[in-house]
Amino acid sequence: MNRLSDRIFGLAMICVALVYIASAMQVQVSFLSDPVGSKAFPIGVASVAIICCVVMILRPDEEPDWPVMWTVVSIIISVLLLVGYSYALKPMGFLIPTAIVSGALSYQINPKPLSAVLTGLGLSIGLFVLFRYILDLGLVPFGKGWF
Amino acid sequence: MEILDNLALGFSIALSPWTLMLAVLGCFIGTIVGALPGLGPSNGVAIMIPITFSMGLDAVSALVLLTSIYYGAMYGGRISSILLNIPGDEPALMTTLDGYPMAKNGRAADALVISGVASFVGALLATIGLMLLAPLLSRVAYQFGPGEYFALYLLAFATLGGISSNNQAKAALASCIGLMIAMIGLDPNSGLPRLTGGNLHLYDGIDFLVAIVGLFAVSEIFFFIESHGKSSAAGVTIDKVRVPWRDIWSTRWTMLRSSFLGFFAGVLPGAGASLGSFMTYMMEKSIAGDKGKFGTGVPKGVAAPEAGNNAAAGGALVPMLTLGVPGSGTTAVLLAVLVTLNITPGPTLFTDRPDVVWGLIAALLIANFVLLFMNVPMVKVFVKVLQVPPAILLPGVTMVSFVGIYSLTGSYFDLLLVVGFGVLGYLLRKLDIPTVPVILGILLGHQMEKQLRDAMVLSDGSAWGLIYTRPSQPEDISYIATGLLIAAVLGFFAPIFLRRFITKPQRVSD
Repeated sequence: MNRLSDRIFGLAMICVALVYIASAMQVQVSFLSDPVGSKAFPIGVASVAIICCVVMILRPDEEPDWPVMWTVVSIIISVLLLVGYSYALKPMGFLIPTAIVSGALSYQINPKPLSAVLTGLGLSIGLFVLFRYILDLGLVPFGKGWF
Repeated sequence: MEILDNLALGFSIALSPWTLMLAVLGCFIGTIVGALPGLGPSNGVAIMIPITFSMGLDAVSALVLLTSIYYGAMYGGRISSILLNIPGDEPALMTTLDGYPMAKNGRAADALVISGVASFVGALLATIGLMLLAPLLSRVAYQFGPGEYFALYLLAFATLGGISSNNQAKAALASCIGLMIAMIGLDPNSGLPRLTGGNLHLYDGIDFLVAIVGLFAVSEIFFFIESHGKSSAAGVTIDKVRVPWRDIWSTRWTMLRSSFLGFFAGVLPGAGASLGSFMTYMMEKSIAGDKGKFGTGVPKGVAAPEAGNNAAAGGALVPMLTLGVPGSGTTAVLLAVLVTLNITPGPTLFTDRPDVVWGLIAALLIANFVLLFMNVPMVKVFVKVLQVPPAILLPGVTMVSFVGIYSLTGSYFDLLLVVGFGVLGYLLRKLDIPTVPVILGILLGHQMEKQLRDAMVLSDGSAWGLIYTRPSQPEDISYIATGLLIAAVLGFFAPIFLRRFITKPQRVSD
C-alpha cells in the first residue's frame, strides 16, 4: 500500500461525514416545516463528501513531502502555543502572552535565541502601540489587578 | 449618458481627501502584502477585515480601503514571482514562468516595470468592463428566482476546481467541507440548532472571517516553520529602474488580448483569476509559437499573465456585485466584507445603493493610477520590504490576525477556532486540496440551502422545481436555470477529460 496520505485522509473524512449525517438525523424538526426541511441539505452535502472521499481512496495522488519528525514536533509545539495564547489573551492582557508566543514562533522559524527574544519584545510593544494608540482598539496591556 | 452620471456620483464620493488617503494607504499595504512571499491577496484582505471593522469606518470608506488592498495585492503578487520564483498567490504562478528567467538574465527591473504596466492595462480595462457589464447583468439578475440562484451556486462550486486544480474529487470535497461547516448553527428556517454538538459557542455558527484568517494566514506560519524561512529574499537587489518603452510597445497587443480574455474568465462564476492568468499565458504562447521562446524570459510571457490576472480580478467583481457569487478566492473575501458591512450584493444593490457601487468603481479607478505610480518608480521600496526576515514577519502576521479576530468578537473560542482552521489549512494544502472552495462553502452555504428550500416550497416539493421555476407558468421551462445546471455539469466533468490535452505548466526550477 503506497500513497497512504490521501487514503488515510479520505477514510478520516468518511468517518467525519458519517458522524455528521448521524447528528443531522437527530436535528429537531419544527412543526411548521418546508418540503426540504432542516436535515436534507446537510445529509446531501455529507453524502457527496463521502463519494469524493471514496474517489480519493481509490485513486490517490502522489504522496506529499511530509516534514521530518522534529519539524512535526515544532509545528505541534506552535499549535499548543497558539492554543495557550487563545486562553491567555483575556486574563493576562496583551503584552506578556504576545511577547512569549511571538518570540517562541520566531525561534521555531529561525532558531537564534537572541533575535527571537528581540522579535518577541519588539512585536509585543510595537503592535500594542499600533493597535491601542493608532488604530484605537480596546486592548488591555496587563491582566486585571496586576499593578 | 447614464454611466457618466453614475461615475460622477462615484467620484464625488471617492474623491474626498479622506477616502483618497485611504486608497493610497490601501494600495501601499496591499502591494506589500502581495509582494511578501506566502501572503496573497486573500490573506491580506482577510487580515485587514477585522481591523478595519474595529476602526469603525463607514461602509464606503471600509470598502475603498479593502478594495485598494485587494488591487494592490494583485499588483504586488508579481514582485515575489519575478524576483524569487515564489508566487505571492495562485494566479501569480504563471508570472514566474517567464518573469523569473528574465530576472536571472539580469532584467529583473525591466520585468517588474513591464508587468506593472501590464497589470495597469488589465485592471483599467477590466474596471471599464465592470462599469459596462455589471449594470446589464444586474438587469438579467432581476429574473433570478430561487431555482436560478441554486443552479448558479452549483455552477460556482462545480467550476471552482476547474482546469487549474489537479484533482476534481479533491476540489469537490473542499466545497463539501465548507458547506458542512456552514450548516453548523441555528437553522434559519426553523430557528432550531443544528449540528452544534450541544456547544453553545456554535449556536451562532462559525464566522467565515475566523475560517478565512485560519485557513489563509495561520496555516502559513506552519509552512514557514517547516521550511525554516529558507524562501527569504535576503540579498536580492535590483539595479536602476528604467522604463523599457520598446518592450512595452511590443507587448501592446498581448496586453489588450490578455485583458479581454482575462476579464471574461474572471466574470465566469467560480473560475476566477487563476483561470484568467492560465488561459492568457497559454493563448499568447500558442500565438507566438516556438519562435516566441516562451519560458525563457520574454516580455510577452510576463505581460500576458499579469494583464490577464488583473483583468480577471476586475471581472470577478461583476458576478460578485450583481449576483452575490464571487468568481475567485479573493472576491469571496470581498463578499465577506460586503456581508459584514450589511450590504447585500445582488441586482438590487445597483438601484438601492448606487453610492456604494459607483463609489467602489471610482475607488478602483483611482487605486489603479495610484498603483501604477507606486509600482513603477517606487518598485525598489517594495523590493526592500521583501528582505524582512520571515522570523519577524510571520509571528507579526499571526499576532495581527489574532488581535483582529479578538477585537472583533472578544471570544477565546473564536481564537481556538482560528488555530483549528490553521491546522486544517495546513493539512489540506499539504494534500493538494484547495482551500478556496472551503471558504466559498462557508460563505455561500446558507444562501445555497435557502434558495433550494425556497425553490422546493414554490414547487410543492417536486425536484422539477429546479427547472420549472415559475409556478404561475407551469409548462414554461426556465432557460436560465437549465443553462446554468448544464454548465455546472459540463464545468465539473469537462476538465477531467481536457486535462489529458492541456497540462498546467509547473513551476520552473533552478
